[in-house]
Amino acid sequence: MTDATTPAIRLTGLRKSFGAVDAVAGVDLEIADGEFFSMLGPSGSGKTTVLRMIAGFELPTAGSVFLSGQDVTRLAPFERDVNTVFQDYALFPHMTVQENVEYGLKVRGVARAARRAQAQEALASVRLEGYGRRKPSAMSGGQRQRVALARALVNRPRVLLLDEPLGALDRKLREQMQVELKQIQRDVGITFVFVTHDQDEALTMSDRVAVFESGRIAQVGTPEEVYERPASPFVAGFVGTSNVFTGDTARSLFARDGVFSIRPEKIDISSDGAPGVVAEVVYAGPVTRYVVDLDAGSRAVVVSQNRHNGSPLVARGDRVHLSWHDEHVVEIPPVAKETADA
Amino acid sequence: MILSPSARWVLRAVMALGLTFIYVPLLLVLVNSFNGDRTFAWPPHDLTTRWWAAAWENDGARQALLTSVQAGLGATAIALVLGTMVAFAVQRFRFFGRDTVSLLIVLPIALPGIVTGIALDSAWRSVMGDLGIGKGLFSVVVGHATFCVVTVYNNVLARLRRTGVNLEEASADLGASGFQTFRYVTFPLVRSALLAGGLLAFALSFDEIIVTTFTAGPGVTTLPIWIFNNLFRPNQAPIVNVVAAVLIVLSVLPVWLAQRIAGPEAAAGRTRG
Repeated sequence: MTDATTPAIRLTGLRKSFGAVDAVAGVDLEIADGEFFSMLGPSGSGKTTVLRMIAGFELPTAGSVFLSGQDVTRLAPFERDVNTVFQDYALFPHMTVQENVEYGLKVRGVARAARRAQAQEALASVRLEGYGRRKPSAMSGGQRQRVALARALVNRPRVLLLDEPLGALDRKLREQMQVELKQIQRDVGITFVFVTHDQDEALTMSDRVAVFESGRIAQVGTPEEVYERPASPFVAGFVGTSNVFTGDTARSLFARDGVFSIRPEKIDISSDGAPGVVAEVVYAGPVTRYVVDLDAGSRAVVVSQNRHNGSPLVARGDRVHLSWHDEHVVEIPPVAKETADA
Repeated sequence: MILSPSARWVLRAVMALGLTFIYVPLLLVLVNSFNGDRTFAWPPHDLTTRWWAAAWENDGARQALLTSVQAGLGATAIALVLGTMVAFAVQRFRFFGRDTVSLLIVLPIALPGIVTGIALDSAWRSVMGDLGIGKGLFSVVVGHATFCVVTVYNNVLARLRRTGVNLEEASADLGASGFQTFRYVTFPLVRSALLAGGLLAFALSFDEIIVTTFTAGPGVTTLPIWIFNNLFRPNQAPIVNVVAAVLIVLSVLPVWLAQRIAGPEAAAGRTRG
């Protein structure tokens, strides 16, 4: 065992080039033991490649991967105490569910009776007891997902890597699995590294989030930090929607130069403040979204809770004023390309 | 696509005609192998198993059958080993000249048998003979293997392409060494493709005559060659029919099996994920 201060995963100067393309262009990161850590970013931002380098499927072009302090950069996948839940689950189609879950134990030479018991326990922990004799092809998407989870967890790895594991599920099932995953992670106490392009998923499940942009980490922090204090216009735009004001608009609204961001739900439609014209009203059930063309020269999105019954506050074409509290204005550092270490 | 009724009937008639031309003569051979009349009077007056018994007693035919089975098994064995290895190399690794290798492997099935035959014949005369390896059964096996490799290669390649590397990565991720991954994951997934490819290879070899003619050493007579040699001897005609019937059955059976093996597996593979 290592002491509690040794990070479960440490990445230093990690790079991966495919031909002329830098999929990962220098990533430094520490993930603490027992943490639920998400890597969030659009497709092609390098998050999956980082995951694959941690798992051992890709050899980094430069940099190192440490697991619990040990340099594993050049070790094969089967030499690392890490297991992966794949995006398409990658269940073995010619084996039963039970055999799939037992696989990791079998190749490590665990005796038949012991591995049977452990596999059944793992299946029970994902609420699939009694499904052991089925083939994966006879299971639904959500069930396959849980088999994949059981197959990885039964090995009790130090780190579990999850590559967009909920991507193929429909919305309802996905939300249910988010809660379950979080619960399982708390129960087993294993470090989870979760790759997703879904910002809701990242925000609701994680202890900390790394936002990826073109092969680099744009920001690392708690969901609250990333959402409330975006470090770059990209983060502000990718994590939730945000109003980003620059140039003349910023000067006229805030009386100084800079890049400023305000979340739509932090803006009120009121009797005084920045004037503008309502360009669009979008009713979305619990909230209504207003798009306002500011006289100062930019567009702002306002989201307001539908606490009242009946029609929206204002209609398209109305002249309105927008107001906000100063503490909700986030000034984004001008050069946000270089990443601060976590 | 919806066809007009008349188009449907025309196409049906053409298909029936085509199938008739292919299969009625084959059926005729089968029936005539039981025809009691030496001159194959049609329709047969009486049916007999006499010719089958006579064929079984015929040393030349039995020897030819044995030779064909040996050649087929030998060529299939070589095809399985080489075809599988090349398929893995081409599908799982990137290397200089990969596409060329792929083309060179598939080409022999398109080359006219006469060209392959002449080439192998001169190779054996000018090179192998000097090395002390004369023409014999071995040269036939090698000749057949040149095109048998293709069927195994194509089957395994298609299977590897379909299964992808995900399952192998998952296996390695779960702690399996390279050998364990091959044994528990890769091999079971390509097993039926190997079987199908092997059966097709055997069927190809079994009725091959052109390459065989050029590569067979003295005294090596495969079943097709025996038939060809005895075709115009009136005394042997009934037995030739029997041998031809055997050849039909032994060629059709592997192909039918190969289709059955590849069929459901292929369907299951497509529904995955």
